[in-house]
Amino acid sequence: MSRLSELRIGKSAAVKEVEGLDEISIRLMEMGLIPGTQLTVVGVAPLGDPLEVEVRGYRLSLRRTEAARIQVDASEC
Amino acid sequence: MSIASPTQTLTIALVGNPNTGKSTLFNGLSGLRQRVGNYPGVTVEKKIGRYEYQGQSFTLIDLPGTYSLAPRSPDEMIAVDVLLGRRDDVHSPQAVLCIVDASNLERHLYLVSQVLELGLPVVIALNMVDVARERGIAVNAELLAERLRVPVVVVQANRQVGLTALKDAIAKAAVAAAPPLVSPFPEAFQQEVEQLGAVLRRDHAKADAAHDWPRYLVERLLLDTSGYLASTQLAGHHRDATALVAAARERLKTAGCPVPGVEPVSRYRWVGEVLSGVVTRPRDRKRTLSDAIDAVLTHRIAGAVVFVVLMAFMFRCVFWIAEPASQLIDALNALLAMWVTAFVPEGQLRSLLIDGVIAGVGGVLVFLPQIFLLFLFIGVLEDCGYMSRAAYLMDKLMSRVGLSGKSFIPLLSSFACAIPGIMAARVIENRRDRLVTILVAPLMTCSARLPVYVLLVSAFIPPLTFLNGWVHLRDLTMLSMYLLGIVAAVTVAFVLKSTILRGPTPPFVMELPSYKLPSPGTVLWRMLENGREFVYRAGTLILAVSIIVWALAYYPRHEGDLDPALVAAQASQAERVEELQASGDQEALAAAEATLQATDNLIAGAHLQNSYLGRAGKFIEPAVKPLGWDWRIGCAAIASFPAREVVIATLGVIYNLGSDVDEGSTPLRDTLAAATWEGTERKVFNVPVALSVMVFFALCAQCSSTLAIMKRETNSWRWPLFTFVYMTTLAYLGALATYQIGIRLLGG
Ligand SMILES: Nc1nc2c(ncn2[C@@H]2O[C@H](COP(=O)(O)OP(=O)(O)O)[C@@H](O)[C@H]2O)c(=O)[nH]1
Repeated sequence: MSRLSELRIGKSAAVKEVEGLDEISIRLMEMGLIPGTQLTVVGVAPLGDPLEVEVRGYRLSLRRTEAARIQVDASEC
Repeated sequence: MSIASPTQTLTIALVGNPNTGKSTLFNGLSGLRQRVGNYPGVTVEKKIGRYEYQGQSFTLIDLPGTYSLAPRSPDEMIAVDVLLGRRDDVHSPQAVLCIVDASNLERHLYLVSQVLELGLPVVIALNMVDVARERGIAVNAELLAERLRVPVVVVQANRQVGLTALKDAIAKAAVAAAPPLVSPFPEAFQQEVEQLGAVLRRDHAKADAAHDWPRYLVERLLLDTSGYLASTQLAGHHRDATALVAAARERLKTAGCPVPGVEPVSRYRWVGEVLSGVVTRPRDRKRTLSDAIDAVLTHRIAGAVVFVVLMAFMFRCVFWIAEPASQLIDALNALLAMWVTAFVPEGQLRSLLIDGVIAGVGGVLVFLPQIFLLFLFIGVLEDCGYMSRAAYLMDKLMSRVGLSGKSFIPLLSSFACAIPGIMAARVIENRRDRLVTILVAPLMTCSARLPVYVLLVSAFIPPLTFLNGWVHLRDLTMLSMYLLGIVAAVTVAFVLKSTILRGPTPPFVMELPSYKLPSPGTVLWRMLENGREFVYRAGTLILAVSIIVWALAYYPRHEGDLDPALVAAQASQAERVEELQASGDQEALAAAEATLQATDNLIAGAHLQNSYLGRAGKFIEPAVKPLGWDWRIGCAAIASFPAREVVIATLGVIYNLGSDVDEGSTPLRDTLAAATWEGTERKVFNVPVALSVMVFFALCAQCSSTLAIMKRETNSWRWPLFTFVYMTTLAYLGALATYQIGIRLLGG
């Protein structure tokens, strides 16, 4: 099992679970990252953080610590 | 249902995600007829517009852009309160206008699904259809309307397309009944909402709780795990409602719909059902121009390079273009002063107009070109979608201080002027981050500090060079002042984030909107709006403070206090000038005029010394002596609290040079260098003193405009007051340390 923070640039995966119940996790889910959602890592900022991810047809930026809460299934894609 | 009488206005609330074109639509619908204010106690802007359609007047309430109507803070609660008609300061809306982005419907319908549960008629404005088309996304608006059971109007806000049809749909919806409620939640959840609602309402009927419990609020109470709603809404309930909520959540967990995850999962499932067959995307996602631009602008190397170049370009422009414009304003001020001199007789009034009003207000107007240019740049960056990329690029750096990338542009702008910087901090949604950014922005070296630095550096820092002339000591000194500002800002930000503004790290989960050509109309409008706001807010305060400081420096004016010999000399010299004017001996006339000017300046200096300001300076001398200052520097520092650049003119008067000096003028430099402690031969200024004055100016909150804007942006006097106190303390301690260490290292 891997996490979104571990995906390499250009890789796609499906969300398995968003861990945590706090504001950050809720926000991630509100932005459309719920189990089953497909996403692609588009890039990473010059200083190595945050990540740029494409999800549901738009671009989202999130920090590595936030991405680490998202379990993904990379095999499906 | 009867049509409301035409005299009665219908209230419409406008909601939408950020970057949807909501402000563009708001401006398109209400044009110039809008008012901007604040909701009391929070920092949310209250934007109200008006328009007429077919003889009926409409009031449009623009609510802050949001991805979700799930309040977890007072700022976020405003939108929900307005929508549910729970506020006394705005009318309850008759309908909700919800703007969505056709190119990104999935995420936008999340908000729509919440809006549909409010129990109000809804109209959907389907915007950005051109962007969707460009990406090959087709949206069947009729089918969407059928599925949602509310009108969907296709618009293109930036071109004003579809607005009449939209107004028509709004007019019909506002007098219609709300559509039947469709809940995206599983049955078990809906039942819990029913039960909880029934209990709360029964409670409410008995207790004197302030508001009723609309269904949506009950649902939110059940879903809100942050505890915000429970702590603010359950106050008047005698029953242990908190326990009820906890029990309901426990039951839901066993039923397989755990809170809070049940909300996004249910809503996105609903969205998927609604959109199936409504949106058709090309099989292979088309690579758009926006994607191509993004690939460069967020590239690890190219993105960083472009960012640095862009920021450097912004600053160059601000200084290059603003410079001549400022000189023009300066010249106009001088002209105005001359005109006053010609028409107003010498005395209090003339002095008030010239030294108080024109000098004070004019001193700030000089910065207007710069401020407007910065507004313009920030507006363009925001409008084209680069602002969030800048935040993305700089986030890592800013997170070291506990802030996020969103604070970068506001703080960077503050290097030119803190005012646009503080106003740009509006993009930061998190209240604590936003406050910290606003509170440290004035520490950045703004351009009003430059004249002070230039004067003191050129007068007291020896022109030494190192490394074969490549490094100048004077440049190093200037650079250290900039660094001092940055280091102070970083330290203060860090301290604030770990003390009074401590809290959990806010999410940096942020949309990177697609790039758009900035629309000149929107950008110019915003620049003018911000500019006007600044002139209005700062102008009044500056005027007041300038007049106060002027009065302190003018009164009590007893001509009798002056040295009689000096007065006599002035009179005889004036006579001589008149005689020579008649005789026509130019050379002698010039000499006599110079003598008279010198005497006038001496008298002005003596007046200042006798004034309240002079006395205050003398009074605080014991306090500023440890900084290496004499009473005159103390005076100048006090006088420059309204606006720091005033210090140059005050130093000019106080050292008997008249107020027509600027930072480049040699006499001022020489006079400062020659000034001695009163009654002694000891020089006032030396390197440690000059440095201590510079450090003071680097750290002090000597800008009433900044404080006024801070009041407006935080909607309270508490924060500007706090800033004033902490910066003044910091400045004093900084200057003290600089002098005491400097004097030990360098000697007097
Ligand atoms: N292509 C296109 N651009 C639009 C449309 N509506 C607004 N815009 C642009 O989108 C950008 C963001 O608009 P704005 O009103 O500031 O968005 P807000 O954040 O929702 O208030 C601006 O550059 C607008 O000119 C539209 O229908 N099509």
